[in-house]
Amino acid sequence: MLKIVEKNEKECTLCGACETTCSTFYFKEDDRLKSSIQVLEASENGDPVINVCNQCGNCIDVCPVEAIKRTGKGTVVISKKACVGCFNCVGVCPTDTMYWHEDLTEPFKCISCSRCTKECPTEAIFMEEVATN
Amino acid sequence: MGITTEELRASRKVLAEFDYEPAEIEKGYSGKSLYINLTDLTIKPKDITEQMKEIFIGGKGFGLWYLWNAVKPSTKWSDPENEIVISSGPIGGITQYPGSGKSLVVTLSPLTNSVMDSNVGGYFGPYLKFSGWDALEVQGKADQDVVVFIDGDRGKITIEKMELDPGASHLVSEQLTDMFAESEKDKKNISIVSTGSGADNTLIGLLNFSFYDLRRKAPRLKQAGRGGIGTVFREKNLAALVVRYSSLSGRSNNPADPSTIAKTGVKLAREINKFDDEQFRMRQIGTANLMTPMNDYDLLPVNNFKFGSHEDAVKISSDVLRSKFTQNMPDGCWVGCALSCCKAVDNFELKTGPFKGDKVIVDGPEYETAAGLGSNCGIFDPDHIIEANFYCDTYGIDTISTGTITAFAMECYENGVINKEITGGLELSFGSADAAMELIHQMGQGRGFGKIAGLGVRRMKHFFVDEYGADEAFLEDIGMENKGLEYSQYQAKESLAQQGGYAMTNKGPQHDEAWLIFMDMVNKQLPTFEKKAEALHYFPMFRTWFGLMGLCKLPWNDIIPESNKDADRPELIPEHVQNYVDIFNAVTGKQIDKDEMIRQSERVYNFQRVFNLRLGFGTREHDAAPYRALGPVTEEEYESRAERYDNQLRDDVGINPEGMSTADKVKKMREYRESRYEQLIDVVYKRRGWTTNGIPTIGHLCELGIDFPEVIETVKNKL
Ligand code: SF4
Ligand code: SF4
Repeated sequence: MLKIVEKNEKECTLCGACETTCSTFYFKEDDRLKSSIQVLEASENGDPVINVCNQCGNCIDVCPVEAIKRTGKGTVVISKKACVGCFNCVGVCPTDTMYWHEDLTEPFKCISCSRCTKECPTEAIFMEEVATN
Repeated sequence: MGITTEELRASRKVLAEFDYEPAEIEKGYSGKSLYINLTDLTIKPKDITEQMKEIFIGGKGFGLWYLWNAVKPSTKWSDPENEIVISSGPIGGITQYPGSGKSLVVTLSPLTNSVMDSNVGGYFGPYLKFSGWDALEVQGKADQDVVVFIDGDRGKITIEKMELDPGASHLVSEQLTDMFAESEKDKKNISIVSTGSGADNTLIGLLNFSFYDLRRKAPRLKQAGRGGIGTVFREKNLAALVVRYSSLSGRSNNPADPSTIAKTGVKLAREINKFDDEQFRMRQIGTANLMTPMNDYDLLPVNNFKFGSHEDAVKISSDVLRSKFTQNMPDGCWVGCALSCCKAVDNFELKTGPFKGDKVIVDGPEYETAAGLGSNCGIFDPDHIIEANFYCDTYGIDTISTGTITAFAMECYENGVINKEITGGLELSFGSADAAMELIHQMGQGRGFGKIAGLGVRRMKHFFVDEYGADEAFLEDIGMENKGLEYSQYQAKESLAQQGGYAMTNKGPQHDEAWLIFMDMVNKQLPTFEKKAEALHYFPMFRTWFGLMGLCKLPWNDIIPESNKDADRPELIPEHVQNYVDIFNAVTGKQIDKDEMIRQSERVYNFQRVFNLRLGFGTREHDAAPYRALGPVTEEEYESRAERYDNQLRDDVGINPEGMSTADKVKKMREYRESRYEQLIDVVYKRRGWTTNGIPTIGHLCELGIDFPEVIETVKNKL
């Protein structure tokens, strides 16, 4: 079964703990723009918006060098070595959660490692099993 | 078929080699070019000077400059001193902005005897640069078939001979990819330039540039189609050029400001994702999306450009072709092209020719191919078009010229200019798919009537007049060539601006300089001569710029940004023009604006005009158009659109057509249209800074900064 980061945006207090956790772990710096989960203030209904990949895999098909694969567990991952930094995957991502940053040559995304969910003080994000197709 | 990879490898014999340290790329340039002479097997590096970067920029600009220095005014295409120059350009090879991997090829053409340039996809140009070479010049003539291998990983160049049959480009590309790749994974790091037997046997030979398609597990072929460049390649006894580069990354081009490139590229990729399905469906159908609208607007060439639409065109409509293409594949001719237009037909079973029964991948058909090999020959069978497309590519002959040549032969056949005896039994009437297919095999294999057809429309005209006493004036009217190059596939009769866009080109009638039909005829944005002249100045310059940079034109206006709704001049696509300015600056670290962009092109464009002049062309007489491109030649054509033409006689010419014979009406219409075309030439030349004879003035050349002594001398001699 595939586990993804699920969210309950009502509970989010915009504390940024998830972002700090993610970017510090993967990029060794606290920069929310280098986090694979990003929270934004108020949507139309007044709740914060939590942007994180749902592992849909649309990006896999457009990668010209087959750098994006689904792992055995169902998570969608990028091989940095194979990637040529074209950002086609960023362009097609329906949830805008294939991220890019001006310091980085390759894009980055959530791989369902669950670290952020453990740091969230309000359980606004949590791991959930979903069916893979 | 034929030789195995092991046998091919065992047959390799190195004739010359050269070791080098690949130059680091800095801001889009390696600063070096590679010179190869096949006569004496010289391999040597040259420096790219600052002046070259400043004036000629790259791509086609470098090609023209090297060729200019290589040839004399008397040089013929088949002389060893003629060169084939391949160069991408400073932007070429970035992966973030769609359409950034083109190669530009420049040579003296066997069709026009003057300068030819062609813009082509595939990975060769970018890999060449990242292997340390901004440009490759190939001069001389080998005494046997040779393969040139540029190994950018090892820093080694070899000229080799091997047991390779250069007759079929799809096999050559496959065999060489298999042999030069060190593993399955390495195949994507190889790009091959090759052609086929048609390039040995005709003057319309093309070059196929390959890229390895990871999903189809086969090389794909993109064509430098126009003007017989493949014929020059084979004349030099080149069997193939091969490049290998395995370290491609988002920073291979080492730009000054990668972040701006990424930002601009992501913006465009998102735009494509959002709008392409509702706009031009480039990702689904590629350029063949034009089939239906061209027919609807009476712009699809039918029966040698007699007509602009046909009731059977529904059989080869955009949607029919879409149904033939495999969907949802990242079909970019360079990595990162989100517009992904190079569609392919998979598992196509061939019904004719040497590969009958084989199941093959067919690249395309693109619009030009479908219109040229299909409607223009009166053939409305998609499977015929796909089969003909495959064979043209693998024989290495240009589908556009092949289409226009076949259509011309068909009209000659129907008018009794040629007959079955002359064609060796081919019943070349409009719509005869079997005869058209056989003619392609004859051209590809150098047999029968194919040997005459392979000479191109201009030489066919002369041949038919000299040998069979054909009516010269009629053939001049219906033979759709200008400067010796066959017209590409748009019906220009109702757009004066497009008539100029075709016949006032530097290389011959190809739509890549100016495509103004819609702007002029449909959207009525160019109502006056001045407006048309401005468009025939701006667009050829603007489009020349793509060829200096290593860019594709399609992501400029085959996807329309949201901002265009409120743009002052929507036809320019201002947001995308700004994108190009931004990425040029971001790659090179320079600071140009959109006016300087046009200046950059103007230098090269005028230089090319003077180059034509130096070779004995480039004056007004060479910008004349066959009347078929301007108006109805025959009564049949007039009658087919009688209401339109009658109205024009009444409203535009000021003649009452009532009671006039059709022959008279054709004549009056012709006088009117021809005089308008001459008026157009006058205003366009003036706008471009040329004399009434089409020669750039010395003042204009000085102003542009291309007043090199030899340039000035060339012009002075002709003024
Ligand atoms: S950025 Fe990398 S992972 Fe994304 S599509 Fe391009 S090559 Fe593939
Ligand atoms: S738009 Fe088409 S031709 Fe242009 S670069 Fe992209 S895939 Fe190639």
